[in-house]
Amino acid sequence: MGANAAFGQAGAATAAMMAGALRDGDRMIINMGPSHPATHGTVKFVLTLDGETVEDIDIHIGYLHRGFEKMSEQGTWQQVLPYTDRLNYVSPLCNNVGYVMAVEKLMGVQITPRCSYIRMLVCEISRVTDHLTALAAGALELGGFTPFLYGVEARETLYPIVEELCGARLTTSYTRIGGLRDDLPEGYPEHVLAALDKVLSLLDKMDRLLTKNRIFYDRMIGTGQLSQQDAIAHGVTGTMLRSTGVDWDLRKHQPYLHYQELDFDVILGHQGDNYDRYLCRFEEIHQCNKMIRQILRQMPGGPVNVADWHVVLPPKAAVYNSIEGMIAHFKLTIDGHQVPPGEAYQAVEGGNGEVGFYVVSQGNGRPYKVHVRAPCFYAMGVLKQLVVGGMLADIVPTFDTLNMIGGEVDR
Amino acid sequence: MTTAAPLTADALIAACRTAVGDHVIGAHAQRGDATVLVQRDGLVQLASKLRDDPALSFEMLVDVTAADYGDYPPGLRGACSPVDANRADGLSSDGLPQFEAVYHLVSLRHGHRLRVKVPIAADDLWVPTLCGVYGAANWGERETWDMYGVRFEGHPDLRRILLYDEFEGHPLRKDYPLRGYQPLTALPTLAEYTDHETHR
Repeated sequence: MGANAAFGQAGAATAAMMAGALRDGDRMIINMGPSHPATHGTVKFVLTLDGETVEDIDIHIGYLHRGFEKMSEQGTWQQVLPYTDRLNYVSPLCNNVGYVMAVEKLMGVQITPRCSYIRMLVCEISRVTDHLTALAAGALELGGFTPFLYGVEARETLYPIVEELCGARLTTSYTRIGGLRDDLPEGYPEHVLAALDKVLSLLDKMDRLLTKNRIFYDRMIGTGQLSQQDAIAHGVTGTMLRSTGVDWDLRKHQPYLHYQELDFDVILGHQGDNYDRYLCRFEEIHQCNKMIRQILRQMPGGPVNVADWHVVLPPKAAVYNSIEGMIAHFKLTIDGHQVPPGEAYQAVEGGNGEVGFYVVSQGNGRPYKVHVRAPCFYAMGVLKQLVVGGMLADIVPTFDTLNMIGGEVDR
Repeated sequence: MTTAAPLTADALIAACRTAVGDHVIGAHAQRGDATVLVQRDGLVQLASKLRDDPALSFEMLVDVTAADYGDYPPGLRGACSPVDANRADGLSSDGLPQFEAVYHLVSLRHGHRLRVKVPIAADDLWVPTLCGVYGAANWGERETWDMYGVRFEGHPDLRRILLYDEFEGHPLRKDYPLRGYQPLTALPTLAEYTDHETHR
């Protein structure tokens, strides 16, 4: 920036590009990204600036596009599951649950109560890791390195809990159509509770460092403001929608699994700015804590998988010792789940909002179409409304509280 | 935000038929998902009605996508897109065109959901944009254009969104190969980019 050469001729334009800026009268056009330290995730903003005021922004996404939907059409229904880990990779378990619920809806499979409770448990743990990432990274990019370390330490307290469950911290692939990979490990509830206590104490430290911090507050309050009308019209969901004061949470208003049996509050903001989004995420972690404790208390016993070998793989003892078990195993592995022809849409409340799966079956073991409705995609669509007219520096906190996850936006 | 009871799938379908009459060519409520098939001439009118009628109140367009039924097994199309029986024009599910634009709507006030599908032919692949009704249509339709090549007539900024401008073809079409090569292009300079932008 700061180059005063008469840009416009080809050579000078190249020089301007090298400098990262282009001058057009009083306006300056600059690239922010695609690899920028304050945009965690790969995204490019082409900004038209008047001084430090943002006049226009063009958002370029797609740097992480890997053809999720095309790949999903190539294998069996169960083989899509590992791809869903890579959508929102800070709360992969929510995606796992959303996808299998869509397929189960299409197949008409009723899961067991214990499976339903475990799925809620993992979704809420994931929501905590998701919100912690958003809060911690947001603090870091505004210069708060200490709260970032607390946030990441809290997240690192939960990842081993996830790892204990499914052997991986991020690439979980924990759910199965009709059930789960496995039941909870021995002593799991105690491990979760111990981790939660630690998360809460770290969260308290973050709270004391950030919430009433003058510098942080001044950067967050009144910036990146989103109106209720804009939020609804642009398909914004999740914490971002609730921060504008719209009372809409799928767990409360369109309950799935056993969410109707949990006692929790929907956290609402009132003016939809960065500070509201920060506070809402913070408070939602406390609600998740409340819910996880209820889930562990109310967790029913019984099997985690449906007792149907057309849906869930038979136990290994049956595979190795009976002809029926072996056939069922091979049919399910090679031919895949026989999903009746038709279509279904299933939405769940993910870390950033409504994660929806629209699945179309052609009546055999391979998906005809799997489409993901990514909450971040539509949230990024409204970013222009949040930053135009504001200051260049305010893009950073706005982008943080929006919590874009490249894996989900770009698919 | 829910204040009233959600309408049943059948009631939603009936409301759509009342709203745009003959433009609705079929409907189903399989697995609880209310779905209407609409001809594209009635789409914008239907969307406006769905949003503005207080009894329906579909304030939010949740998702836009499309589907390519080019490889779908013959005779099964009715499972996804059942056309009304005994139509005067003789249209049946199996005679439906290859593509469908698919919209998912939700009402925050009532808590009900609706899927709207618009069958479109491969050689006449366009639907009117819903940008005038829902802001969310802007990016949703850009993605659908990018992936399926469905043109949204009247869209203010119909550029590719996930892929780059020089990309050839629309990858989610069934005839797009799984393996192959795309042309390598140099990254546009900022100057080239802004020149290009003036054409949008």
